[in-house]
Amino acid sequence: METIVGVVISGLLLGGLYALIAMGLSLQYGVARVLNVSHGEFIMLGGLTTWTLYTAFHINPLLSLAVCGPVAFALGYVLHRTVYRRIWASSPSPGVFESNSLLASFGLLFVIQNIALFTWGPEIRGYTYLAFPVDLLGVSFGANRLLTLASALFVGVTFYIFLARTRIGKAIRAAAQDSTAAALMGVNINSVLAVCFGFGAGLAAIAGMLISMCYPVHAVMGIPYTVIAMIVVVLGGLGSIPGSFLGGVVLGLIGSLVSYVEPALTLVAYYLIFALLLLVRPTGIMGR
Amino acid sequence: MRTDGITWLKLRTPAMLLLLLVALATLTLYASTYTVMLATNILMYVILTVSWVLFSGPTGYVSLATAAFFGVGVYTSAILGSVLPLPLVILAAALASFSLAALVGGLTLRLKGVYFAFFTFGLVELIKHLLLWYEVSVTGLRGRFVVVNDSGAIYYVILVILLLLLLTSYLLRRSRLGLALQSIGQSEDAAAHTGINVSAVKTIVFALSAVFVGAAGAAMATRWGYVDPYIAFDYLYSFTAVAMAVFGGPGRFAGPILGAVVFAFLRELLITRFPYIYMLVMGLVLVVTILYLPQGLIELAGKAPWRKLRGSRESA
Amino acid sequence: MSLLEVDGITKNFGGLAAVSRVDLQVEAGTVIGLIGPNGAGKTTLFNLLSGALKPNSGTIRFQDADITGLKPHQICRKGLSRTFQSVKVFGALPASQNVLAGAIFGSSGRISPRQAGAEVARLMEFVGLSAVGDVPARDLTLANQKRLEVARALATKPDLLLIDELMAGLNPTEVAQAMDLVAAIRQQGTTVLIIEHVMKAIMSICDRIAVLHHGEKIAEGLPQEIATSRTVIEVYLGE
Repeated sequence: METIVGVVISGLLLGGLYALIAMGLSLQYGVARVLNVSHGEFIMLGGLTTWTLYTAFHINPLLSLAVCGPVAFALGYVLHRTVYRRIWASSPSPGVFESNSLLASFGLLFVIQNIALFTWGPEIRGYTYLAFPVDLLGVSFGANRLLTLASALFVGVTFYIFLARTRIGKAIRAAAQDSTAAALMGVNINSVLAVCFGFGAGLAAIAGMLISMCYPVHAVMGIPYTVIAMIVVVLGGLGSIPGSFLGGVVLGLIGSLVSYVEPALTLVAYYLIFALLLLVRPTGIMGR
Repeated sequence: MRTDGITWLKLRTPAMLLLLLVALATLTLYASTYTVMLATNILMYVILTVSWVLFSGPTGYVSLATAAFFGVGVYTSAILGSVLPLPLVILAAALASFSLAALVGGLTLRLKGVYFAFFTFGLVELIKHLLLWYEVSVTGLRGRFVVVNDSGAIYYVILVILLLLLLTSYLLRRSRLGLALQSIGQSEDAAAHTGINVSAVKTIVFALSAVFVGAAGAAMATRWGYVDPYIAFDYLYSFTAVAMAVFGGPGRFAGPILGAVVFAFLRELLITRFPYIYMLVMGLVLVVTILYLPQGLIELAGKAPWRKLRGSRESA
Repeated sequence: MSLLEVDGITKNFGGLAAVSRVDLQVEAGTVIGLIGPNGAGKTTLFNLLSGALKPNSGTIRFQDADITGLKPHQICRKGLSRTFQSVKVFGALPASQNVLAGAIFGSSGRISPRQAGAEVARLMEFVGLSAVGDVPARDLTLANQKRLEVARALATKPDLLLIDELMAGLNPTEVAQAMDLVAAIRQQGTTVLIIEHVMKAIMSICDRIAVLHHGEKIAEGLPQEIATSRTVIEVYLGE
């Protein structure tokens, strides 16, 4: 019984994190139509920046969230306006745009990763924060992990409400459905796409910060997270933001289960699910 | 076709090509060991790049799996190198890569391009994790030792693989399969309605493109002596192939070859002293090329198979 | 037994029925017209027939075999070919190679290079494009591109050819030439199902006409019946 509770709560912890990183990618692909393979690098930047701020300046990680998030947002916003918008302007068809923006983000992956390697080196970094055990339903968890789950849920739900209630949120949802129609309705589509991309980067950085609280971080940690985000996005359905949230939780639970048996095979398990999905129902849980 | 006075294009006359071939074939007779190794590296990069263009050029499906096929080749060499002679090892590596690509292609190429991009991107990471688990849990040994060959032999093996690749690319273009591939690249819908089994053609050509990458991996492994999952499955191979192809510009040979040669030289210059800067520069070059140099280094008009990736009047 | 039997075919997109319970029978050797206002579902019906889309319900029988749900290349090999409303030629390839692709891949048997070459020459002559065989398809005029699509489709040796708006954007001379082409196609034994907006052309070349509106077939009959039908006139005037 203890084990089941442990696995489930662990799964939700992982799921919350996965949901966060997947939502970011979902925004970038679902709305801005950018296949951003450098997504994981923003996670990495969030994690390493938080580590630096904590170990060098003793800044509380939760406080540095207030720094990392907006900075990453700004970076994503600028990237979209300088790089991806220009590619959009020079692409004669959506298919060409997707290919070219994929290639560009592949290039950016290496730029960002090597800047990080140059700045922080390849060593694995870590710190402890709030690592004391907390008892939950008879199972012991690190307080930092519970905090991660709470934060992920908080950010996720807040963002979801933002999408549903605010004007910008509605504009984003409109653009996700049909960007041409949205533009005709008066939505400043270029702004919205850049904002979406920025949000995607911001969510990734926040996830990175949360990850750094519980796990070690290093300059090349990004790619596995990008792969996981991709699988979750497909699982939840391409273009569905609530789908990626749901997909993240589902994959997190699966990951926790597999971890219990053989931790080194979690990514392999995810890929098997990925392959199965493509075989049977590529549109995912909530895809159209 | 603009020549811009670039002497490069004059190289394409048969006499010059023959001269180049002779020079390459006799390299070990007059060049230093360092030069031979440099040439081997350059030729290897050309193989990766031309292989990538073979499939991704005409179809516009961006494959990020080059590193996976290369790694499969490397590990095949590591596993079989001590029990089989080199030619058979390379054949086995080619077969293994072919099979993997056929599997991946069969699964993803019947769907939209984004699934193919996602799946091929993660493939490298997947195989790396699988092998790491296997080595840690099952064999208990990280990495493997590889039977080493001398640099001259490896150079010739790589040269032969490259020549076979160029021959295959040339024959493909003139074959029925090549016509089907080009038709798909021009309009997948129309191709399907003209009786072409689009998924099958894409998968076959994708698998074909993986063969030479795997073979090259198997050959190169014999120079390193020791491999482990991190060495064998390095995203840099995927990235290099893509960056060189994009930078070089459209075309099946001239563009990718030029891009590969330039980058390989750059690599030699920077890799030992400034590894991070080298990769950073490559990344920047890729981004800048896409933004500002749509036709890459060589401006080739007309039959650009890059139509789909770089943009043209044609609607995809 | 009709060449083509469409029974209750329906296709929904989200909540919208693009094609709704359409029945259609096409007899071999005839030219059948398909008309209707924009958005009536005509091209969607073609997409269902050619295998580009899967229907939500209903069946399609071609030459007494069920082809519902087959892939486009399979349907093409069985003898059902089509042209496209927005022209989809293989732009970078020379015009003759477009037709060559059809000859090689579209027929059900294996064809030798010499036979293919002869077939291409014959068809290019048939549609009047012999002079531009080496020109890249994207450099042809719109009218010629449409003819090229017809040649490519004919190269696949179809028993039934679906023609989607051959005459849109053509001047009166070109329209007349297109009408002659359709007549020639019928003459050589291929059955034709044609979507067209140019009324004069439709009325004169078709044996029967079916009318679609909001995805449903609202009328079918001889050209003069359709021309004088109140239902049809209202549909067109009311739009």
